[in-house]
Amino acid sequence: MMSAEQTARYVPDRLKSPAARWVKSWESLLIVVALAIFLVNSFASPYFLDPWNLSDASFNFTEKALIAFAMALVIISGEIDLSVAAIIALTSTAMGYAAQAGFDTPMLVAIGLATGLGCGAINGLLVTGLGLPSIVVTIGTMSLFRGASFIILGDQAFTSYPASFAYFGQGYVWWVFSFELALFVVAAIVYGLLLHKTNFGRAVYAIGNNATAALFSGIRVGRIKFILFLLTGLMAGMASICLTSRLGSTRPSIALGWELEVVTMVVLGGVNILGGSGSIPGVVLAALIMGMVTFGFGLLNVPGIVMSIFIGLLLILVIALPIVYGRLSRRWAKGAA
Amino acid sequence: MRGATTKSVCFIQRHQTIPRKHHLLQDTTPSRIAPAITLEGISKSFPGVRALSEVSLTLYPGSVTALVGENGAGKSTLVKILTGIYKPDGGSIRINGEPVSFPTAHAASKAGVTAIHQETVLFDDLSVAENIFIGHAPKTRFGFVDWAFVNDKARALLKEIGADIDPSIRLRDLGIANRHLVAIARALSIDAQVVIMDEPTAALSHKEIHELYELVEKLKASGKAILFISHKFDEIFRIADRYTVFRDGRMVGEGLISQTTEDQLVRLMVGRDVGQVFPKKQAEIGEPVLTVAGYRHPTEFEDINFELRRGEILGFYGLVGAGRSEFMQSLFGVTKPSAGAVRIDGDIAVIRTPSEAIAQGIVYVPEERGRQGAVIGLPIFQNVTLPSLGQVSRKGFLRMAREFALAREYTARLDLRAASLDQDVGTLSGGNQQKVVIAKWLATKPKVIILDEPTKGIDIGSKAAVHAFMSELAAEGLSVIMVSSEIPEIIGMADRVIVMREGRIVGRFDREELTAERLVRAAAGIGAVPGEGA
Amino acid sequence: MLNMLLRSRELLLLVAIAALLVVVTWRFPGFITLANLANVYNDTSILIILALGQMVVILTRCIDLSMAANLALCGMVAAMLNFYVPGLPVLLLVLIAVVLGTALGAINGLLVWKLDIPPIVVTLGTMTIFRGTIFLLSGGAWINAHQMSDLFKSLPRGIVAGMPVLSWLSLAVIVAMLVVMRRTPTGRAFYAVGGNPHAAVYTGLDVGYTRFKAYCLSGGFAGLAGYLWVSRYAVAYVDIAAGFELDVVAACVIGGISIAGGVGTVPGAVLGALFLGIIKNALPVVNISPFAQMAISGTVIIIAVAVNARAERRKGRVILKRAEHVA
Repeated sequence: MMSAEQTARYVPDRLKSPAARWVKSWESLLIVVALAIFLVNSFASPYFLDPWNLSDASFNFTEKALIAFAMALVIISGEIDLSVAAIIALTSTAMGYAAQAGFDTPMLVAIGLATGLGCGAINGLLVTGLGLPSIVVTIGTMSLFRGASFIILGDQAFTSYPASFAYFGQGYVWWVFSFELALFVVAAIVYGLLLHKTNFGRAVYAIGNNATAALFSGIRVGRIKFILFLLTGLMAGMASICLTSRLGSTRPSIALGWELEVVTMVVLGGVNILGGSGSIPGVVLAALIMGMVTFGFGLLNVPGIVMSIFIGLLLILVIALPIVYGRLSRRWAKGAA
Repeated sequence: MRGATTKSVCFIQRHQTIPRKHHLLQDTTPSRIAPAITLEGISKSFPGVRALSEVSLTLYPGSVTALVGENGAGKSTLVKILTGIYKPDGGSIRINGEPVSFPTAHAASKAGVTAIHQETVLFDDLSVAENIFIGHAPKTRFGFVDWAFVNDKARALLKEIGADIDPSIRLRDLGIANRHLVAIARALSIDAQVVIMDEPTAALSHKEIHELYELVEKLKASGKAILFISHKFDEIFRIADRYTVFRDGRMVGEGLISQTTEDQLVRLMVGRDVGQVFPKKQAEIGEPVLTVAGYRHPTEFEDINFELRRGEILGFYGLVGAGRSEFMQSLFGVTKPSAGAVRIDGDIAVIRTPSEAIAQGIVYVPEERGRQGAVIGLPIFQNVTLPSLGQVSRKGFLRMAREFALAREYTARLDLRAASLDQDVGTLSGGNQQKVVIAKWLATKPKVIILDEPTKGIDIGSKAAVHAFMSELAAEGLSVIMVSSEIPEIIGMADRVIVMREGRIVGRFDREELTAERLVRAAAGIGAVPGEGA
Repeated sequence: MLNMLLRSRELLLLVAIAALLVVVTWRFPGFITLANLANVYNDTSILIILALGQMVVILTRCIDLSMAANLALCGMVAAMLNFYVPGLPVLLLVLIAVVLGTALGAINGLLVWKLDIPPIVVTLGTMTIFRGTIFLLSGGAWINAHQMSDLFKSLPRGIVAGMPVLSWLSLAVIVAMLVVMRRTPTGRAFYAVGGNPHAAVYTGLDVGYTRFKAYCLSGGFAGLAGYLWVSRYAVAYVDIAAGFELDVVAACVIGGISIAGGVGTVPGAVLGALFLGIIKNALPVVNISPFAQMAISGTVIIIAVAVNARAERRKGRVILKRAEHVA
């Protein structure tokens, strides 16, 4: 037969230790890239290594990264949620409305998270209840949610937030470490454990690799996907609290285009857009990379839109290089043989 | 009488090893007939697997050559090379003496090679006529597709093969047998010298099989060279002139059909001592553990009623597309029936999802291993623990040590051959993948295990292991439902057999009454089976 | 009969459009005049052209999120050439826009074909690259109406036989696409490749090359739309048509083009675009705030997807003989 297996009856658990696997992985490539960018930035500008500047820089990625963690799980499961930026807008609008009505900060937070969850539930119901493809559903809800913001706000803005609300986006936990940065770290740990160490995370990987076989294995695919959409909604709500607090105001055009930046962060982090593989450490590294690039370019006064060319190129290169490398090495191997 | 197998329990029992030499029997092909196509020294490897080694094959015009071999012997790889889907690593192909190569599928069909593949590779959303002509539709002067011609020719082709199908309807609306007929029409729409048929009768009814045989005769008479792949010996001996046997990627024998016997072919196919393939232990059959009443589905099956007793192996026989898998998946909670009641150990059971089925002790090993059974991309141990995550975790957090322990226990029970439990289940052979799938279900300690074509496409060694295991399970008090389309397997292993045809139960047999004849008759419908009584 | 009616996505959409028109006309009888309807059609022409391009890409199981950026870049190039090189004939500029658009589409196509990168990733990347390039070319400056030549601006508006050139153009594109999709081998290949890429290989179709062609086509249409856009709105800057790619995808989805590939028709895409166009034009006259447009589009997309999904849903394998022709 296909004589690839041994005939020994004893089958060892592992051949390679997990550490050995890590060396050749995407994450280690990202570490190299991150270090390289860090070094380049340090040389390019004297302002880069200042702790307070770095702390400011972190705001570039913390809010998006919060969403990216949940988005990573959604994409690993084989779906996608393009409505996250719109959820930020609607959540922010809801909070602004409540703030104007005089509600205090704890209530605002509750409303923010609840709105996020509600939007996530709508996405989840459409995808799992009706079985609709998530890419078009979330394009629809994206318009619906942001459209709702537009209906409520028009071209106005909410600006009257209670003073204590500013803490989330502008407050510091200790020295240079902002609340947002602390939240980012906590979220990274929570999602890292969730994805890599729990039954739930295992089920997510199974669904992403083969949803049919997962279903046949008794995994409650529908329920898990629904929860994943709740999570992206929740994280978008959280990000919205941070962002609104940081900006101190709400417009319907808030976070425009963020959904694609979040997806970029996730894919850059090594998550396969088709589902089935990826890790939270990878997403963390990608967030750091994107944050550093944005900050570094900002110090050099490069306009945001040119920065995004770089991000776009980075995205394509980073996906293409392993493929090209793989093909070339196979061709060389064949040539040598 | 060639063809029909008898009621014997042992299918193969050879105790001498066969020397692995080239087994060329007397080949009295008149040398003045020029071959239509010759393959010499063809080799093909994939990562970790040598699918074909220096294979040679010659097809003659006006002659049918049967290609025989176990699954995994390299037959479908050869077909893919002949049709330009794969490129050989080495060797040559000659048509009418001239060396040719097929860089694309298109090149192969232009060179005059056409095939009816085992899997129906057609387009659901296109019409029947479009399916027949896509890729080679004749064009008008301006480069547009000549639809008038396409529709007429499609109609004519379908008529020729006796298919009562309207060429303008969408393929999606056809049943499985008709889809296969469209595939046949497509193969014939290419004016080819070489026609390859890969298990063409698997999905056809008795009447359609008859018409296929007539078609083969017609093609033969018009001088085409036909390569006929089948594992049904009655077919082979009825329509083939020559034979070629593949084993483990090598050509191990060829010659004239008239000069060989079924036993000889089998010996060439298998080539080694395998012992008993159908070891059946006598199990104590107890009370009914599962009672199914009135199961119905709008398009797939109806009127399904039966009982399964403890320690019993209940076989479900039928042709491909009879509705057996569809019913089993409904029972398991994957699809919703429109009506039906289930009792487990006497209590009414509500099964709406697979997890509910599993919780109540019913598990299902699906027919399509790669698509429904194993999660390719995950390692072996993760596949084994997937339905039992509760067992290997504490408060939702996975415990690696427990996972590996569970995986070790159950893969050892099934004698899994793998380099490590951490390797991707997709790198295993079919037989070993099947073992992983079965292992994962055993870990849930079920009452009823449904096996859907458990040994389809796996090597004979693993086949024997799976059967032995089934028997052991029954002896331990588990109840087994075995869906199978292989008569020797059903006759060898089942205590009782239920036969389905076109979504209904058409026969029930106890072990004592089992004959191949009765099964085939019931599965095919009324009328004599071709080849019988010859 | 009702069953057959319900089964045709396009007919259903036509009925929905008719219902929409009825509702609007009830509130504003002036809407349904020929002149107004022609105006709505003219307004929707660019979306129709883009939707037809996106349709082809989606049919092959891909997606093109870079269409709007492509449009903007080509439009900017055409406008800049028109301003900085005044001697160039406008038709040449249109040609340049189309060729540039096709080349940009070809970049997408090559990355998908030769490097096997998932289309959503490719077009996400090229989307930002194309947009950023506009900035690099223009330095952030706008090209305004007074900087464009008269012919440049007036070409799409010129009335020929009662309809503006823009309407004629979109009509021509529709007819051309009808012919291509139904009567050419490439057209059928788009359906086959998207419907069953695995089987397509067996039939000798080159899946990658077919997708490449799809992207070239959508790029070319985006290029054409680029000129039409900057000319019609008489302005060119970095952010034109921002977010429009989602409107285009929405039009396709509403028109019954399945995101899974292999399913969808030219009439469907056109009707989908018209549906959105009518909504956009109807809102102001029915006294609904234009801010509601987005939410309405979103709702319509969701409803369209749900309706189409029902229609596509396979009712299980057809095994019972009597069920064969009912399915």
